[in-house]
Amino acid sequence: MSGLSLRAERVTLGYGGRPAVRGLDLDVAAGELLVVLGPSGCGKSTLLRAFAGLLPAMSGRVLADGEPITGPSADRALMFQDDALLPWRTARRNVELALALRRVPRGRRRAEAERWLARVGLGDDAGRLPRELSGGMRQRVQLARTLAAGPRAILMDEPFGALDAQTRASMQRLLLDVLADAPATVVFVTHDVDEALLLGHRVVVLGRDRPAGVAAEFDGAASRDELLAALGAGDPVKDDALKDDALKDDALKGEPLKGEPLKGDVLKEAV
Amino acid sequence: MNRLHRWPVRVASLLAALAVWHLVTAADLRFWVRFDRFPGPVDVVTEFGRQVEQGRYWQDIAQSLVRILTGFVLAAVLGVALGVATARSRWAGDVLQPLFEVARPIPAIALVPVAILLFPANEQGIVFITFAAAFFPVLVSTRHAVKALPVVWEDAVRTLGGGRWGVLLRVVLPGVLPGVFGGLSIGMGVAWICVISAEMISGDFGVGYRTWQAYTIVDYPGVLVGMATIGLLGWFTSASVELAGRRLTRWLPREGERT
Repeated sequence: MSGLSLRAERVTLGYGGRPAVRGLDLDVAAGELLVVLGPSGCGKSTLLRAFAGLLPAMSGRVLADGEPITGPSADRALMFQDDALLPWRTARRNVELALALRRVPRGRRRAEAERWLARVGLGDDAGRLPRELSGGMRQRVQLARTLAAGPRAILMDEPFGALDAQTRASMQRLLLDVLADAPATVVFVTHDVDEALLLGHRVVVLGRDRPAGVAAEFDGAASRDELLAALGAGDPVKDDALKDDALKDDALKGEPLKGEPLKGDVLKEAV
Repeated sequence: MNRLHRWPVRVASLLAALAVWHLVTAADLRFWVRFDRFPGPVDVVTEFGRQVEQGRYWQDIAQSLVRILTGFVLAAVLGVALGVATARSRWAGDVLQPLFEVARPIPAIALVPVAILLFPANEQGIVFITFAAAFFPVLVSTRHAVKALPVVWEDAVRTLGGGRWGVLLRVVLPGVLPGVFGGLSIGMGVAWICVISAEMISGDFGVGYRTWQAYTIVDYPGVLVGMATIGLLGWFTSASVELAGRRLTRWLPREGERT
């Protein structure tokens, strides 16, 4: 089984008629590991949901192996940031869920689920419920479940974003290790520059502007500074200025806020 | 304080209440409320002992239990099924929701005339009223539980290849159980209220009928035995629902387990 190629053509995506991503073009080659890097709320997850088939495009096309994506499929498994395990199922039964939905015969599910759990280092915790596991362990179960679905593309939505730095580092090593013998295409979404540097063969940076488009693209060896510069390309200073304007507007609307800016000025002077 | 230490307090509270009851009835107290004709605990216990030895007492209990369980099981099955349907399908919601909203405020016991008109036998009418009482709490709590399900569970199952039925069986039905059991507990309570009332109005057997019968022949200890029986049966069935709920939702974090 080979990886799936994914493609977005002039795609506009959003919720409730408000675009979060506009006119985006993106090609992901079969078997490639692509990192999509962008600030929080830039539409990275929206893009991933479109590839997963959970969100139809407002305009443009989203394709898998040249065919339009019309809905979710086990071919394109999505790994979430947290809380995507079914809490009433043990770790093993969560992995078995992926196998059951693939119509793996009942008798083979248990052994195969245990094999996947052992692969992510949770061989001894198969019988525990999600609430009895740490955040990092829960993400490892989710990784096992995602892999057990036998996807040709794995879509990862900041899967380690809720973990502490040490756990995250070990999860990143585990992921690279596991992916080394899986032929699947991977789209990995993150806001963390170091994570992008560690994982990515190719890094696509989504801009700060709303709706977002591709701000920069790096093939192979991008440096940390290059990525940071690309992330900052949306001019955060201008954005902050906009935020200040919004605050002022609020202050004018509501009387009680009037005292607030004064306090700030006093503090600034004190500093 | 641990559990063991709390039991003496609880037992003492019950005994004190019994003692007060005995004193006010034995003294024929008339102090705005009148206890001179009110049966005391000794009369009631004696009457209870007499009734327990008769087959009729147990037949009445069996009769009431059959009625309430039939109505309750029907309400549980239909309440969950229609609660899920109206919450998940826009079409089912549009067709059924207005009917439910109009029917819901009607007290089930006010359906007695309707039941008499509709059903050929008394028995079916009483079961219908019990069903109507328990149905709405189950329906409403199921609806809310479905709407409150985290979207990520459904998304996860869909991206693993689950279809509409896969999501229903593997996410919705197990996920709503905690909410459904809330509705079942309330439903069991109102089902008892309605089965007893319906038996008082139109029954030929049953605990409710027997209690009302005792009142019409001025058998006051009999009335109180009937009431105590209703209380014990209600407690027993509610505890059963509670226990089933706990067993089926073991995965929920429980108080005291958090470390």
